[in-house]
Amino acid sequence: MTTWPVIFVVWFLPVVGTLLVYLLARGGDEAANRNARWIALWTTLIDFAVSLVLVWHFDPAQTDFQFVEKGSWLATGITYHMGVDGVSLPFVILTTALMPVCIIASWKSITQRVPEYMMAFLILETLMVGTFCALDLVLFYLFFEGGLIPMFLIIGVWGGPRRVYASFKFFLYTLLGSVLMLLAIMALYWNGNTTDIPTLMHTAVPRSLQTWAWLAFFASFAVKMPMWPVHTWLPDAHVEAPTAGSVILAAILLKMGGYGFLRFSLPMFPLASHDFAPLIYSLSVTAIIYTSLVALMQEDMKKLIAYSSVAHMGFVTMGIFAGTVQGVAGGVFQMISHGIVSGALFLCVGIVYDRMHTREIAAYGGLVNRMPLYAMVFMVFTMANVGLPGTSGFIGEFLTLLGTFKVSIPTAFFATTGVILSACYALWLYRKIIFGALVKPSLMTIKDMTLRECLTLFPLVALTILFGIYPKPVLDMSAASVQQLVSNYSTAISAVKAAALQ
Amino acid sequence: MVQAIVFLPLLGAILAGLISLFGAHARCPSGDTVEHHGDGHGHGTTDVNEDAGVIHASSHEPDAHDDHGRDDHHVAEPAAAGSRAAELITTGFLFVSAALSWATLVDVGFMHHDATVPLFPWIFSGDLQVSWALRVDTLTAVMLVVVTTVSSLVHLYSIGYMDEDPYRPRFFGYLSLFTFAMLMLVTADNLAQLFFGWEGVGLASYLLIGFWYQKPSANAAAIKAFVVNRVGDFGFALGIFAVFMMMNSIDLETIFHAAPGLAGKTIDFLGWQADAMTLICLLLFMGAMGKSAQFLLHTWLPDAMEGPTPVSALIHAATMVTAGVFMVARLSPLFELSPTAQSVVMFFGATTAFFAATVGLVQNDIKRIVAYSTCSQLGYMFVAMGAGAYSVGMFHLFTHAFFKALLFLGSGSVIYAMHHEQDIRNMGGLWRRIPYTFAVMCIGTLALTGFPLFAGYFSKDAIIESAYASQNPVSTYAYVLTVVAAGLTSFYSWRLMFKTFFGEPHDREHYEAAHESPLWMLIPIGVLAAGSILSGFPFRELFVGHGVEEFFRESVKMNPHILDDMEKMPAALGSLPFVMMVIGAFVSYIFYIRRPYIPEQLAAEQPMLYQFLLNKWYFDELYDLIFVRPAKWIGRFLWKFGDGYIIDGFGPDGVSARVLDVTRNVVKIQTGYLYHYAFAMLIGVAGLITWFMFGAGGQ
Repeated sequence: MTTWPVIFVVWFLPVVGTLLVYLLARGGDEAANRNARWIALWTTLIDFAVSLVLVWHFDPAQTDFQFVEKGSWLATGITYHMGVDGVSLPFVILTTALMPVCIIASWKSITQRVPEYMMAFLILETLMVGTFCALDLVLFYLFFEGGLIPMFLIIGVWGGPRRVYASFKFFLYTLLGSVLMLLAIMALYWNGNTTDIPTLMHTAVPRSLQTWAWLAFFASFAVKMPMWPVHTWLPDAHVEAPTAGSVILAAILLKMGGYGFLRFSLPMFPLASHDFAPLIYSLSVTAIIYTSLVALMQEDMKKLIAYSSVAHMGFVTMGIFAGTVQGVAGGVFQMISHGIVSGALFLCVGIVYDRMHTREIAAYGGLVNRMPLYAMVFMVFTMANVGLPGTSGFIGEFLTLLGTFKVSIPTAFFATTGVILSACYALWLYRKIIFGALVKPSLMTIKDMTLRECLTLFPLVALTILFGIYPKPVLDMSAASVQQLVSNYSTAISAVKAAALQ
Repeated sequence: MVQAIVFLPLLGAILAGLISLFGAHARCPSGDTVEHHGDGHGHGTTDVNEDAGVIHASSHEPDAHDDHGRDDHHVAEPAAAGSRAAELITTGFLFVSAALSWATLVDVGFMHHDATVPLFPWIFSGDLQVSWALRVDTLTAVMLVVVTTVSSLVHLYSIGYMDEDPYRPRFFGYLSLFTFAMLMLVTADNLAQLFFGWEGVGLASYLLIGFWYQKPSANAAAIKAFVVNRVGDFGFALGIFAVFMMMNSIDLETIFHAAPGLAGKTIDFLGWQADAMTLICLLLFMGAMGKSAQFLLHTWLPDAMEGPTPVSALIHAATMVTAGVFMVARLSPLFELSPTAQSVVMFFGATTAFFAATVGLVQNDIKRIVAYSTCSQLGYMFVAMGAGAYSVGMFHLFTHAFFKALLFLGSGSVIYAMHHEQDIRNMGGLWRRIPYTFAVMCIGTLALTGFPLFAGYFSKDAIIESAYASQNPVSTYAYVLTVVAAGLTSFYSWRLMFKTFFGEPHDREHYEAAHESPLWMLIPIGVLAAGSILSGFPFRELFVGHGVEEFFRESVKMNPHILDDMEKMPAALGSLPFVMMVIGAFVSYIFYIRRPYIPEQLAAEQPMLYQFLLNKWYFDELYDLIFVRPAKWIGRFLWKFGDGYIIDGFGPDGVSARVLDVTRNVVKIQTGYLYHYAFAMLIGVAGLITWFMFGAGGQ
């Protein structure tokens, strides 16, 4: 344990960075833009370094929350309460690790309103870290919903031609879910007289309330995830968002839904989770097959990857609600792995988009002839997306499916078909963009990745392969918490079953 | 020692990969700006020239397939820097690895020093405890020898065969990567690591088939190979999940001990109350079918011939495609518990042996003939597996690796001599030009067709005997088909030989230019030719004789009676395969040497049958019709109709459109005329009064 409030520093540092950008990067000239970039980069780098302190001092054997910070805040029962456990810590690190990558990726592609852009990203980082660390429902809600605003701006201001439509669609979808969640939070408050998450996790919730609260939370998380059929905002949002926006959206914002399921649905409403598991299974399987087939027919690179994200999130929801150790641990791992891989894939798209200003698959072909490094990097991530053993993508898929097979064979059976379909669309995309002869005149002078681009992608390549052959760091970090969560869940279920038998 | 065997190829692959990447990077500059053509500023002009070089570097072999008159043997691009270094490093490591493998075989097979070397933990989650480990027993040692020997020879051969290709470091990197994955597969100590090797060789196969990435057909074949294999892997993965569900572990030792306890247990699999062990074996066998190109999942193998010929020899003949056979042998303690699954294995094996042989009869591409022959021989191996004669199947795997690699590399030598001509109709009379290649091809063919004293004779006849002797419900079916297939094998093998090496040359120009290959290539095929003879008789006792028990020990669980029963086979029936072989060779001699007009006549008289065989029983067309097209159609339908019309239409777009409609109408009400408002008020007042009189107020 540390003597200073690490979590506070981690989430507050980007705010300081924002203020610095605001104060020091004025004038709108090139110098101001440069200042903004460097301040943002250093802020995120330092923040990442500080967040590593959490890893350093984290005790993976403990199931309780660690690095807890608590202070009175609003009225009775609503406190400032932060902390991490094995489920949330990986996401915090993922967030802080990917932010510098995003800043570097935006270095040259963003030329308009640079200070504002950097401020939006820094604020977004604060809100994301806050979401994963918050241990009070109201605090969580603020961070969770607050994240919408900077993302809305990033898409709406720095996005592509249809950015307004996409940002509104994104906003409306997610807002609809959140309103329902707010109601459920109020209901929980009246029930337990507190909004403290650790307390609520040990408070029994009446069965009828469980059902309604579960549904309300589900509405919010399912949209965030996104689960079929509320996924259609994602392709549009991705297509219009700038590269770094897509990276954050795919790598971190989507994970908030899964994190929410793990933090609230499963521990607080175990009975409802159990009752609704078949619903989740069918939605997950539908998502896997449906969106994989849709991905097969896409003409836009980003849309294809966005649809494949929906399919991969299907594995996560399925694993989480299987309620087995492997399913839940696999769900956590799959989210981390997908954060790395899909983020990297969007970066890859960004690299060629910056050069050619089109995302149309048909506009490319034969890039390997001029971009061998790019081809190699893209191959690694394509294979990780396909779930090839030896890449991190495999571990998550394998564990979730293994965990689900025990509980529901039909679900695992149909979900496994995703293995075939993902190979179809991912390899097809790779072939269309990278392989073939270089015949398109516009591509003749395209050049390979620069040092800056290598800096963003090579660490992700290393992580993808490292976690593929040695996933222990992530699995161990979350093992105790996952074990605890699963055993509490099964205790609650078996108690009810026993009562029903008597 | 085993660590060195497995990881030296990986090291070689990494080094060759780095050489290749550095070379490629030096050639293709970095930069995030795109220059536009024709504006000629800076060094734009030199860039354009470079581009031209790259584009016309379309490797020679790809074109040769379709337009073979052209001699495009020029080198458009200089070889990548460090090519020779990459070649020597990878090949050197492989030879070291091969030498160690032979030592291991002696050590394990005869000294009985079985070992399991744990490396480091992999997936630990709850009950699931999977570690990386290298397991070496006799079964593994045999595979180690096969893989490293053929691989090192193929590496050596490739130095000669690929000498004009500018991307050699990449090629050798892929070859070594493949070897590494294959070695991980055969040394697996748990199902997950087996799966790792399984998909790893799939990746290497994908990369190598698509090595000439500028050729669309190669890319298509690469994807097809990967996807069809994934269909098999789908079953394999489900099998692993089922094993874990029933036995709470996927470590081989644990499941072998727990397996007998599963007797009588069932799994509810999509409404089918399946016997647990049968279901597990069938699911796992689905993976084997994909990797070993068995009937229904075979379509990728012939297309995989798009890759360079050394690749076909290594991956698509000697090693990777035998992974399925190896897997069944490895899991023999499970398969022995499920007679139903064994019958299925035997059924698919026999069907494949026959089916692929029939298709092989009429193909004209030299590599495809050998590919169908591979497919057919793999079927034989599965027949032995189904009979419970695992060592016999492994024997054929062992001998087949030598003579089939020989046939492929020999074909490669012919192709090389003919300037990348692959159609046997354009060859003929070549024995005078390339006598050495002719001689080794003859040895390979004799071994394949099972000529006495050559390797295939011992192993193939043993398989046919095992099919006859087994108690399996499909054993008669398997026996008849394998015997018939033996005749067909002999026919198409000699057809290939006669059309290639005898008769009149059909392409004078190429014939005149034909020359023997360089020494790099001749040495490996010479060694393989020796192997095609020596891998037979000297090893017979160990694989099918009385030494089996002693040699394999615990590594496979044989059917206890099969070897004894095989010896009781009537002598007349025992010589049947030999008779079929002679008949096949004789008919082939009549057709292609004595009366060359007969085949054409037959094809003209039986157009239906001929077309049916020529088009490989129409499997590609069928799969296109029932899988590929519907998947595309459904994908488009779900995208446009499901996402676009239903979800968005009734969701966000629909809601916002309705909101706009409502506001538009509300706006219309506000006309601004006083009497409109007064009228509305009057109606309201009337409504209120009415409600008070008759509704709540009236009570």
